[in-house]
Amino acid sequence: MISLQSYLIISAVVFILGILTILYKKNAVGILMGVELILNSVNLNFLAFSKYIDAHINGQLVAIFIIILAASEAAVALAIILNLYRDRANIDVTQVDQMKN
Amino acid sequence: MSNLNSLQYFIPELFLTVSILVIIIVDLFLKKEKKVVSAYLTALALLVAMALSFQQYNFSPASLFEGMVVLDSFAIFFKILAAFSTLIIVFISLPTFRDKAEYYVLLLVVTLGMFIMVQVNDLLMILLSMEMVGVISYVLAGYNKKNLKSNEASLKYLLFGAASTGVMAFGFSYIYGMTGHTNLYLIQQALLNNNPHPLAFFIAVVLILAGLGYKIAMVPFHFWVPDVYEGSPTPITAFFSVGPKAVGVALFIRFLTTIVAHPASTGLYDFTQNIPIKLPELLAVLAVLTMTLGNLSALQQKNIKRLLGYSAIAHVGYMLMALVVFNGNAIVAVMFYAIVYLFMNFGAFWIVETITPKLKSERIADYTGLGYRAPFTAVALAVFLFSLTGIPPTAGFIGKVYLFSAVIKEQWYLLAVLGVLNSVVSLYYYAYVIKVMFLNQPENNDLIEVPLYNKVLTWVLLIPTLVMGLYWNPVITFTENSLGLFFGK
Repeated sequence: MISLQSYLIISAVVFILGILTILYKKNAVGILMGVELILNSVNLNFLAFSKYIDAHINGQLVAIFIIILAASEAAVALAIILNLYRDRANIDVTQVDQMKN
Repeated sequence: MSNLNSLQYFIPELFLTVSILVIIIVDLFLKKEKKVVSAYLTALALLVAMALSFQQYNFSPASLFEGMVVLDSFAIFFKILAAFSTLIIVFISLPTFRDKAEYYVLLLVVTLGMFIMVQVNDLLMILLSMEMVGVISYVLAGYNKKNLKSNEASLKYLLFGAASTGVMAFGFSYIYGMTGHTNLYLIQQALLNNNPHPLAFFIAVVLILAGLGYKIAMVPFHFWVPDVYEGSPTPITAFFSVGPKAVGVALFIRFLTTIVAHPASTGLYDFTQNIPIKLPELLAVLAVLTMTLGNLSALQQKNIKRLLGYSAIAHVGYMLMALVVFNGNAIVAVMFYAIVYLFMNFGAFWIVETITPKLKSERIADYTGLGYRAPFTAVALAVFLFSLTGIPPTAGFIGKVYLFSAVIKEQWYLLAVLGVLNSVVSLYYYAYVIKVMFLNQPENNDLIEVPLYNKVLTWVLLIPTLVMGLYWNPVITFTENSLGLFFGK
């Protein structure tokens, strides 16, 4: 049987990879992928805790809602990025700097 | 309470949901020149939602939908505040977005999200309501699709928002792992009964603070604020600076009262002892950093919207300062300050929205001699800015008196001194705008015609700002009566 620790280690690694993706990717869609990684690590945590600690299924419920959240967020995000691409033919976030003091 | 029984306590939210659908459908049948009707319908819906929420003061506090949300007077207070702030935003938006039904519908959806956000009693509901407010806000920030600045604001808001929500959710998963519950009350009980691992609990709290701090623009999660405030359409900037932020503070208070603190015999709340660092001290440092950074960055701004954005950060710092002591007085002070802040900040943004189309510029330098070119508008802006500084006899002064007295009563003298010093710094940049308007001679002396509509709405915001500076008793009594946080499953 797989122990709870293994799940937690995997999810922590995925979380850190997600954070690193957000910090180092220049492409807006790449950053979104980092956010997806983070949300998936959250899901993994909730599912693992739900199996090993909680007597109920609250954690699984949260995981399902987070999948929906991720989908709706990605839909809006892609629309916004597409709009940006139409206006400047480029989605490199380091070049999005119209406003500076 | 079971799901079916809960519905009767959920009428304002149900009403908002129905009106959202109705307005979308009604708009399909309106002719181009009659489209403004959907804006009026939105205003009506918000008024009714406010009245329905007000009626809920009669109910005794209860938890609804199997403990998913709670209905207490604290939540009702912020529901009324949220609906009222959106109502004013509808009127502020009317000149710019006259015939955009979907814009008003989006505002209503955010209001519904804010209604749920102040009533949360479950980790899942915190996530869902924050996303409901957040995702729609990203769309609203980029509402001017062809405007590059608006696009940029939208993208930055989105990326910061999505990342911080994810981080917060990760913190939630650890809290769930330590307690085995998602209900805030049950989490509190579990944390009190069996001490969690200090380090794990500390990590979870810090991760969650990242998400909540982003929502209320707390340093060091404030990076999005200046760009989003400058790039978004002005009515939307005004909206972000009050509604979602006040509601975010309410969520912050609820999070503090349930997860890291518990009702105490001595004061109202005690911070849970099993955190390895002292949370009040951490909050004090964050509050001082937030106001200092906001004020110091505002000093060098050339753009009025960006200046108001940094000043909004500073004001969050003042509110956080009161949360450090965290007793009944402090929470009342924060709630009262939210009301005051609504009027003065909307006022300042409304003047910006009035003046910008005339000057075709948001630069402070272009406000030169506005006192001669549009006397009434300039005087009104001066009053709002004085109120934001906290100079008597304006409402901002009274708001700050309550915040500072709550801090001083609990002997946090250094914090109060730093807060007052910050107010002095803020005087410099607010007064600079006033100096430019009144003391510098304009290059052209043409009078600026301000429409009657703009003048009336200015008065609507100006009168409470002045009256609450002299006679605030009814408002503070109302606020004190609204201080009731419900604990239960």
